[in-house]
Amino acid sequence: MRITQGTFSYLPDLTDDEISAQIQYAVDQGWAIAVEFTDDPHPRNALWEMWGLPMFDIADASAGLHEVTACRAAYPQHYIKVVAYDASLGRQTTALSFMVSRPAHEPGFRLDRQEAVDRRIRYTLHSYAADQPAGERYAGHGVSANGARGGA
Amino acid sequence: MSTPAQPAPRGFSMPRPGDGAQPSPEPPASTEPASTGPASTGPAGLEPLSADATVELGAQQQALRISEMLDRLDREFVGLAPVKDRVREIAALLLIDRLRQRYGLSSSRPSLHMCFTGSPGTGKTTVAMRMGEMLTELGYLRKGQLVSVTRDDLVGQYVGHTAPKTKEVLKRAMGGVLLIDEAYYLYRPENERDYGQESIEILLQFMEAHREDLVVILAGYSDRMDVFFRSNPGMASRIAHHIDFPDFSLDELMQIAELMLEREQYQLTQPAQIAFREYVARRMTQPRFANARSIRNAIDRLRLRQARRLVAAGGPIVRDDLIRISDADVRASRVFRTGPPAPAAGTG
Repeated sequence: MRITQGTFSYLPDLTDDEISAQIQYAVDQGWAIAVEFTDDPHPRNALWEMWGLPMFDIADASAGLHEVTACRAAYPQHYIKVVAYDASLGRQTTALSFMVSRPAHEPGFRLDRQEAVDRRIRYTLHSYAADQPAGERYAGHGVSANGARGGA
Repeated sequence: MSTPAQPAPRGFSMPRPGDGAQPSPEPPASTEPASTGPASTGPAGLEPLSADATVELGAQQQALRISEMLDRLDREFVGLAPVKDRVREIAALLLIDRLRQRYGLSSSRPSLHMCFTGSPGTGKTTVAMRMGEMLTELGYLRKGQLVSVTRDDLVGQYVGHTAPKTKEVLKRAMGGVLLIDEAYYLYRPENERDYGQESIEILLQFMEAHREDLVVILAGYSDRMDVFFRSNPGMASRIAHHIDFPDFSLDELMQIAELMLEREQYQLTQPAQIAFREYVARRMTQPRFANARSIRNAIDRLRLRQARRLVAAGGPIVRDDLIRISDADVRASRVFRTGPPAPAAGTG
């Protein structure tokens, strides 16, 4: 099941040129670029691992793309996204966030039912990938992630 | 540079899921002979040419505004023939590369890393600053911003600090020029545990991998750069352009002085000009002569002496008095005193 999260996620995967153009747009707006990755696909997992520090003073998209490429090389089977942070007063939040890399195979989710009081049923999402420990998800392709977090 | 005739989509274009996965590439326009007439119809047109088409080079040059830029370079910098030659070569290569592209021949971006060596005050840093602008105008760089760093911006203080620090700087410079002033300080042979070597390795790696995105310029005094390159042969071979800045001649120094005075809105009187020429000739033979920098310092001292003279004289003053630097102001210099060499005269 294809995870959709962030901007452009219903579109086909962006090419490097397109990623570059998006990063350049963000840089031109004065936003700081950060690269983040995770192997926990749960939709409520909003805080991903940071790949290095955010880039506050780059002028050209090639620097951002360089980090994306480096992150892909280290985590070929993880989700990777580019986050653009708008630091201007009054906004001070993520202005743009889009995925730039995803595992080759995404097993998807199952629905878990939970019996609660009064025969009520609670439903929750369970990612098949999350059955494996962090860093070993997605067909074991992932490099042993030394800094990967445990749960979500 | 961008023209409506240009076929490739320059900006962002997004394939939509509905209409096929790929943005339909531009139709193969190679069959049409693409207006064999003078190609000056569109400035810097990039439409492909057939194999037997002829192009007027002059018109192309004009379209890219190359000669305009070179003229400006000539006007702004006195002397520096090797630098101007090299910029001219790079500009010419760009022109030819554009044409090759249009004929369907292969053209790769040349390595543009440079090393500026020369005596103190020959304009290494100044030229490096202009180089970013020029390479952007020529279309070799996207942004052309100048990031000027020295050793302490690149080398960290403890283990593991250097690599991120150097990478940070390199990322900042991408799309533009990274100027490493006094680059030989990066390598300290006397301390084998120095982190400078690590920084050099990362630099080399980036210079190789991101040739398209970044131009690295090393600047430094000739003799010390020689030592630096001898201990880092990889660095020397990765730098395509080793440009030596020659010392200025007396005439060139006078021309520089004129430019400086003009910029500061001062004027030398006729006798003062003769005196100043004599001053420069004498100063050149003295130790620690730093070319244009010494001239700048000399002019600063002239201004001091002029101010002192005017204040001491008192009385009414007109605008011309404030502009004019007299013979006496120049002659008061220590350089004119024959006798023991004056150590402070040039270094001030």
